[in-house]
Amino acid sequence: MESVKFLTQNFGRYDTSSIGSYMNVGGFSALRKAVTMDGEDIASLIAENNVKGRGGAEYDMGRKWSQARKVHGENKVIICNADEGETTTFKDRELIKNDPFNLIEAMIIAGYVMGATDGYIYMRAEYACYRPLLLNAIRQAKSYGFLGTNILGRGFDFNVHLYSGAGAYVCGEGTALIRSIEGKAGRPRMKPPFIKVSGLFARPTCLNNVESLSLVPHLLLDEEKIYQRYGTENSVGTKMISVAGNVEKPGVFEIPFGTKIRDIIAMAGGVQGGRRIQLIQTGGASGKVQAGTDEVLDTPYTYEDLQSINLTVGSGGVLVVDERTSVIDFLRMNQEFFSEECCGQCTPCREGNVHIAMFLEKLKNGTITEEELALMGSIAEVMSRSSLCGLGETAQNSLLAASRVFPEVFVAGGADHA
Amino acid sequence: MISPTEHPLSPEMKAKIDLVLESHDFDPTQIVGILLEVQDLEPLHYVPEPSAYYIAQKLDMRVTNVFDILCFYDQLSDKPRARYPIQVCSSIACRVNDSEALADTLKRLLGIDYGETTYDGRFTLERITCFGACDRAPAVRINGHVYDHLDSEEKIMALLRSLR
Repeated sequence: MESVKFLTQNFGRYDTSSIGSYMNVGGFSALRKAVTMDGEDIASLIAENNVKGRGGAEYDMGRKWSQARKVHGENKVIICNADEGETTTFKDRELIKNDPFNLIEAMIIAGYVMGATDGYIYMRAEYACYRPLLLNAIRQAKSYGFLGTNILGRGFDFNVHLYSGAGAYVCGEGTALIRSIEGKAGRPRMKPPFIKVSGLFARPTCLNNVESLSLVPHLLLDEEKIYQRYGTENSVGTKMISVAGNVEKPGVFEIPFGTKIRDIIAMAGGVQGGRRIQLIQTGGASGKVQAGTDEVLDTPYTYEDLQSINLTVGSGGVLVVDERTSVIDFLRMNQEFFSEECCGQCTPCREGNVHIAMFLEKLKNGTITEEELALMGSIAEVMSRSSLCGLGETAQNSLLAASRVFPEVFVAGGADHA
Repeated sequence: MISPTEHPLSPEMKAKIDLVLESHDFDPTQIVGILLEVQDLEPLHYVPEPSAYYIAQKLDMRVTNVFDILCFYDQLSDKPRARYPIQVCSSIACRVNDSEALADTLKRLLGIDYGETTYDGRFTLERITCFGACDRAPAVRINGHVYDHLDSEEKIMALLRSLR
């Protein structure tokens, strides 16, 4: 199996610091085409290609755009979520680094479709080294009249602003991200109001992931429907995945949906030292886990097939953990991440994380009782149902999945660190 | 609370902060990015109290909001750090590639634990969650640069020696 080049077709083909170079490879022709179309048709085109949001929520993107168009309100806002805090996920980094102008073009198209006046890119502080690249792209797009007032003579005004995060995972959550752009601490808030009605600065807001947005210009120019030739019936097209952990050559790959998990691991050079796979986790730290059995490895990477083995595509991260790490140690490390990143506002998440960390410690030491095991499971359930935001809701995904996949590990007293 | 007048800022630092504020159009919503840049103006990579007061005043923000932000975000600090704060990634992709061994080696070589600074003010050891370099594990991030594949004591020593 080979990786493909649809979303990544511009990678290495132009000088990322020069708009002229970008236009030589066809840059901004998607925007020129978009402004001759009706916004609803662009949303339908996305829906027709069955694009699901690439940030992790997997929401139907065409529908999202269509709904955002219908919201009434002045000064609508587009936000590009480049916070990418999910561990094992670094695909957006590659898109920003290798194709910054495409992202700016995509945002202008989104602005045109939604009738928005401003676009905001919220990029994590860890990617600060790409700030000059994006600022330059914005500046050049402005000087060429692709940003500003009366864009391409269509009477449409749009500007793009770049904002920086500062190392808070929770800021990947929509309402927290918005508070961060507003110049506040990024603590999530209760919904409703939903951000599509009242988001950034109380304006109607449409939030999209870097990868979701980056796909739009390519789809607009895809006259021959090449994108639809990739993938399966229900999971159309390609996906950027980032493979890390105990693999020989971790990295980012664009794969057609339907590639077997086994082939994905092979693309990343295989398991380090040819060891046995203990488990794989898809979709980052908030993703679920599966064992490294043949059945799992032969599963095609599609929304529906992953769901059938209780995994998700999520952010597109694929973590491979080999036999050197035990299931319990994996869960403890994953738990540390959430204990650290929990914002502490709501009780289920704040208290749940503390207690589950404690129970996992007991499980590791073989001192957990039956009662405590049951309590751990019930706290995990409560967290996933009653937390304020997505962080608490998904923090125990790996634990709940592991308890189903590896029941032998979850035994009271005297676990032998299986 | 100490008032800003008791801790006057040097005119040089004021001018530098003004430049940062100007590059962000004196926009209070850009406060997170502003504080990140002001933090790097300091040799010890933190936002001192007088600077925080000055920024609050210039942007017409409440000082409490500035400190709320300084405390909330991991990449911001209101306490002095070292000239080279070493951030060790503790997320799972680095951990399964032995970032613990890397952390232990750093602790041993520097004689400090997480959150501590060496006597000469050169290194602080910080444990942080993912900085998006999972494909380069085990890695550390120092002043914005990622140093990757630190899987032997020789490589770690060479890195420490290069940071003067």
